[in-house]
Amino acid sequence: MAVFQALIEPLHYGFMQRSLVVALLVGLVCAIVGSYLLVQRMALLGDAISHSVMPGLAIAFILNINIFVGAFVAGILSTLLIAWIRVRSPLKEDAAMGIVFSSFFALGITLITRIQKQNKIDLNHFLFGNILSVTPRDVIDTAIIVAIVVGVVLLLYKELLFYTFDPLGAQAAGLPVNLLNFGLMVLIALATVASMKVVGVILVLALLIIPGATAYLLVRRLYQVMALGSVIAITASISGMYLSYFYDLPSGPAIVLVTAAAFTLALLFSPRYGVWVKSQNTALPALLQEIRQLLR
Amino acid sequence: MNYSHEFAQSLPHLAATGRNTCADLPPLQVVGLTVDYGKATALRDIHLTLQPGRLSGVFGPNGAGKSTLVKAMLGLVSATGSVVWGDRPLAEQLDRVAYVPQRNQVDWLYPATVWDVVMMGRVRKTGLFRRFSATSRQVARAALARVGIDHLRDRPIGELSGGQQQRVFLARALAQEADFFCFDEPFVGVDQKTQAVLFDVFQELTQSGKLVLLVNHDLGESITHFDDLILLNTELVASGPRSWVLTQNNLYRAYGGQVSFFREAA
Repeated sequence: MAVFQALIEPLHYGFMQRSLVVALLVGLVCAIVGSYLLVQRMALLGDAISHSVMPGLAIAFILNINIFVGAFVAGILSTLLIAWIRVRSPLKEDAAMGIVFSSFFALGITLITRIQKQNKIDLNHFLFGNILSVTPRDVIDTAIIVAIVVGVVLLLYKELLFYTFDPLGAQAAGLPVNLLNFGLMVLIALATVASMKVVGVILVLALLIIPGATAYLLVRRLYQVMALGSVIAITASISGMYLSYFYDLPSGPAIVLVTAAAFTLALLFSPRYGVWVKSQNTALPALLQEIRQLLR
Repeated sequence: MNYSHEFAQSLPHLAATGRNTCADLPPLQVVGLTVDYGKATALRDIHLTLQPGRLSGVFGPNGAGKSTLVKAMLGLVSATGSVVWGDRPLAEQLDRVAYVPQRNQVDWLYPATVWDVVMMGRVRKTGLFRRFSATSRQVARAALARVGIDHLRDRPIGELSGGQQQRVFLARALAQEADFFCFDEPFVGVDQKTQAVLFDVFQELTQSGKLVLLVNHDLGESITHFDDLILLNTELVASGPRSWVLTQNNLYRAYGGQVSFFREAA
């Protein structure tokens, strides 16, 4: 009963209700979209897009428009630039991403630092999130983004499955692969934008990748990865929020650390890939064996 | 083992339409196809004709542009020249094409089952925003049975052998119910049984009047399965019926010095 009371207590505060709802929604949307990054081996792209939204945020503040819109435009612009550099120069995609996202990030930090004072905003809130400042308006915006992303994934599931598994085969079958690819970029940008208040741009990558990666160790079909990843992410969001409330931890990092713990458990105990399960030995020899293999 | 009987039974609409309509498929014309990668030319001015009902193989040394030829024909790499099938460009008729890339071009650790991959063959026919129909599932089941892996249906693709993976791809191609089939190096790293299944299916497809094009690398004795050959070395060396293409002179122009093991096959 005391535990129950303790769990109910934070819900008396409006800001806590709002932040829990937003954390939950963001966990869901990031796990779904991140699964596509995971299976395409493009984790870095999530990092690139999330860093690239910064100048969009700043410009939105300057022009006094919705920051979600500004961030979204900047995120899309960065993916187009990455693609353009890759096509127009002998550079590979990873180099193109590194160039674009660090430049956008630098521009964003510069702009936000300049306008910080007169707009009463704090650079740190963009970098690391500030979930307790979530407004009712933010809750609605986030819910809209989640609805769009989930809707698109449901409608295009079979096409995106084909495209992300075998892009050439999908193109040869006449699927609109460029459109699908651009659609994926839009989804990633949307998920990133939705996550800013919860974890900030630096830790978005964790929410995109870790829940899906954890699920990937446990289940074997894409929709299962998405579903289990969502459950893991939502659990982590809620427990992270409570941890941050009771132990006075920063909430974004607390959520990420819970997902990391879940991943560690899956890595050790997954029936298929589990380090612990595979070795059949007691813990210590198993650990020594792993270390020996790493050093070999 | 022969699955063709079951296959036809379980697929009444295929059995009914297959032979009749496909006999009328037009040949496919490649005219002046050229592919440049930066400054290097991968393919230069290729002219050839693919005949329906004949198993055609693209042969040539490493780097001859074999895979590039198929990709350029399908518009997967940018090329100049034209590829016409019937009265329209092939690129406008991709819904009638089944293309199977090299097995190592996809990530087999992708979280998908055999069934998921075979159903990809039905995505285009199903259309955007729609769910797979009962017919589609029926076609996919028949395709799995045809290549002898219906028992692996729910297996994750990462747990399959190379031969089984290739048969998954073959089943996906069959599920597409295409008229033009392209396979890029389907025999690499597969077992004897899979090779037999592949040639069986190719023979069935050609007998029902389809266009079937394989890129092949390793020749050996299997070359006798092919009706037509396309001998390539950046430029077209020769194309046409096997016995006509496999001359000492052509092989020398394609492969240079390393021709001796082809001679018997000719």
